[in-house]
Amino acid sequence: MKNSVYLLIGIFFGIVLLKSEAASWFRIYEMFHFKAFHMYGIIGSALVLGIVFIQLIKRYNIKTFGGAQISFVDKKKSIPRYLIGGIIFGLGWALAGACPGPMFVLLGAGFFPIIIVIIGAMLGTWCYGLLKNKLPH
Amino acid sequence: MDLLKQPFPWYLSGPLISITLLLLILVGKRFGMSSNLRTMCTVLGADKTCDFFCFDWRAQRWNLVVTLGVLIGGFIAVTYLSGGNAPVINIDVVKELNTLGFKSAGTSYLPLELFGEGVFSSVKGILILLIGGVLVGFGARYAGGCTSGHAIAGLSNLQLPSLIAVIGFFIGGLIMVHLIFPLIF
Repeated sequence: MKNSVYLLIGIFFGIVLLKSEAASWFRIYEMFHFKAFHMYGIIGSALVLGIVFIQLIKRYNIKTFGGAQISFVDKKKSIPRYLIGGIIFGLGWALAGACPGPMFVLLGAGFFPIIIVIIGAMLGTWCYGLLKNKLPH
Repeated sequence: MDLLKQPFPWYLSGPLISITLLLLILVGKRFGMSSNLRTMCTVLGADKTCDFFCFDWRAQRWNLVVTLGVLIGGFIAVTYLSGGNAPVINIDVVKELNTLGFKSAGTSYLPLELFGEGVFSSVKGILILLIGGVLVGFGARYAGGCTSGHAIAGLSNLQLPSLIAVIGFFIGGLIMVHLIFPLIF
């Protein structure tokens, strides 16, 4: 039962990512050239409504569908980790034109060369795991 | 149904992404796609190489199911909802991409120069996609999240670390398209 809920949420998100064109390499390129409002509109409106949702959950102590308490864990404070990690991520996002969600959307959509990006992303994740203790966090 | 076949405008897409975030919170989970890459590494045996991958991946199985759904969503969008058509991007961007050698700009969903079937026989093309992927995977884990975990979920919860990460995403992206693209394309 639960698994079908997760699957449906994923299907919904996948359709949205593809149809919004957020999974298009061209849209990412255009965004980094500040030549269209499209991607900023998507992220900005997602953010405004996301902030409203989370504030409502906190203020009215809304529970999960299963009746459990919803807790939000604050992220650990640091600058180098988020800044350096973020820059590396951004370099890849612009080059491959896909972040982790869209990678899987594009695979499902039949753009098979994206499998090379996915293999790369797994290799990158693995490299991070190997080097984690030597990196500033 | 006809509306579903049009590209989704930003003012529909953004709120639908927030609804994805809300649904995941309401089923007691978190919104974050890049965590799946770590889980997949563990499933493939990376836990034998270092501690970072030693965790009970079964506890993350729900997120792999979400990812499977995302994949199916991509298939449905292309097959039944006219997804995968060329985005109408800025005409200046099309011209600029044409001069960089991207002749498919404005005529396809993804650049055929990188995502056409011919890329499998192009060393340069494979390297670009592979390196792009490595940077995304490494950077996402280093920063503790990607576009979904930081730019959407983290910023929605007003997390300063997520703001720093998103600023990093943009610094990296700007460096890539403005400084590095002219060198490689």
